[in-house]
Amino acid sequence: MTQRQSFQIGTGLFILLGFAALGYLATQTTSLANFEQGPSYSLKARFTNVGQLKLRAPVKIAGVRIGSVATIALEPDKLDALVTLAIDKRFSQLPEDSAAAILTSGLLGDQYIGIQPGGAPDALRDGDELVLTQSAIQLEELIGKYLVGGNTPGKTGGEPGKTPDAAK
Amino acid sequence: MKAKPGRPSALGAALAQIGACGLFFVSILAALPRSLRYLRETSRQVYFVGAMSLVIIMTCGLFVGMVLGLQLYHTLSIFGGTAALGTVVALSLYRELGPVVTALLFAGRAGTSITAEIGLMRATDQLAAMEMMAVDPLAYVVAPRFLAGLIAMPLLACVFNALGIFGAHLVGVSWLGLDNGTFWSNMTANVEVWGDVVNGVWKSAAFGGVVALIATFQGYTTAPTSEGVAYATTRTVVFSSIVTLALDFVLTAFLM
Repeated sequence: MTQRQSFQIGTGLFILLGFAALGYLATQTTSLANFEQGPSYSLKARFTNVGQLKLRAPVKIAGVRIGSVATIALEPDKLDALVTLAIDKRFSQLPEDSAAAILTSGLLGDQYIGIQPGGAPDALRDGDELVLTQSAIQLEELIGKYLVGGNTPGKTGGEPGKTPDAAK
Repeated sequence: MKAKPGRPSALGAALAQIGACGLFFVSILAALPRSLRYLRETSRQVYFVGAMSLVIIMTCGLFVGMVLGLQLYHTLSIFGGTAALGTVVALSLYRELGPVVTALLFAGRAGTSITAEIGLMRATDQLAAMEMMAVDPLAYVVAPRFLAGLIAMPLLACVFNALGIFGAHLVGVSWLGLDNGTFWSNMTANVEVWGDVVNGVWKSAAFGGVVALIATFQGYTTAPTSEGVAYATTRTVVFSSIVTLALDFVLTAFLM
């Protein structure tokens, strides 16, 4: 009797483990997993071009991850991209005049948002907007500019000089 | 070479095997309703072929994931695309490696033991004794093992996949220094539940059914000698591996 029960317990555990693995695979490693959890607050930033930025792409300060991209949407009236960032609650002291830039890790790597802290005394709060932004640099447009001679019509050129030192 | 009259040629023997296996499959299906009386036996078999295979499946899944992480990291770094590591590992595991490697391991770990067990029952006339007692060996011995393979394989493949992802994460993120968020964000952006995860589950269920069918068939039709059981066990592994890989191609073409 006890042996029979231990078989049944083992079978039950095995089936539970299998379904737990299936549930984990289905909810955590697929497109179902795209909600960020954990205590975080959201900031907004507008970009004229987000390039290849993806949901859940990292948000970094000084190369250290502090949050992730929550939503990317097109603002219907201004026709620019509104990106919502979910920032970890621990980093709630970002100065008001911080700047956000869409950067690329490596030459062909993935894009992420780098935040360059400003110097204002007031901190950004939940729902605030980062006013100073720098769009994604479109590599093919840069190449086009240098090849053709720089008359590409462009909101998208990246304006490398506008945000001080954001690429560092 | 011409076959001697009265003895089937090698081709004829192979065709006869396939035909007998197909008929055996039909008779298992016919015995399935009757085998529902022996649900406890089925759950015992799920324990034997499933739960007892967990250790080897988990270990192999972990190492396959780690090797994938290492190999793909170095290959992708040539193109500056290491960010895609999570995606590539997940897709190759869910779609191909998980179901196929699990099926091969399952054939070696569980298929052989099924064949040997049923083969010895045949060699020691236990199956004939069951028939004498009006117990249908197809319903009591074969069908529960077939069902157990069908149930256990998808679960084992899921465990294999999960451990594989864990191994790739271990190598890619903890060891080689890939960003944790990049690893997961690329994976979750490109892997789909129905297209990838569930397709892999269907595949592994098909493989589980095929491996269990071959194992039970080889055991059931073995020559009733110790040599016959040895040959049957070998054939289980060989045929299961061939059929799994061939079926994988067909299923991939259909499920794509």
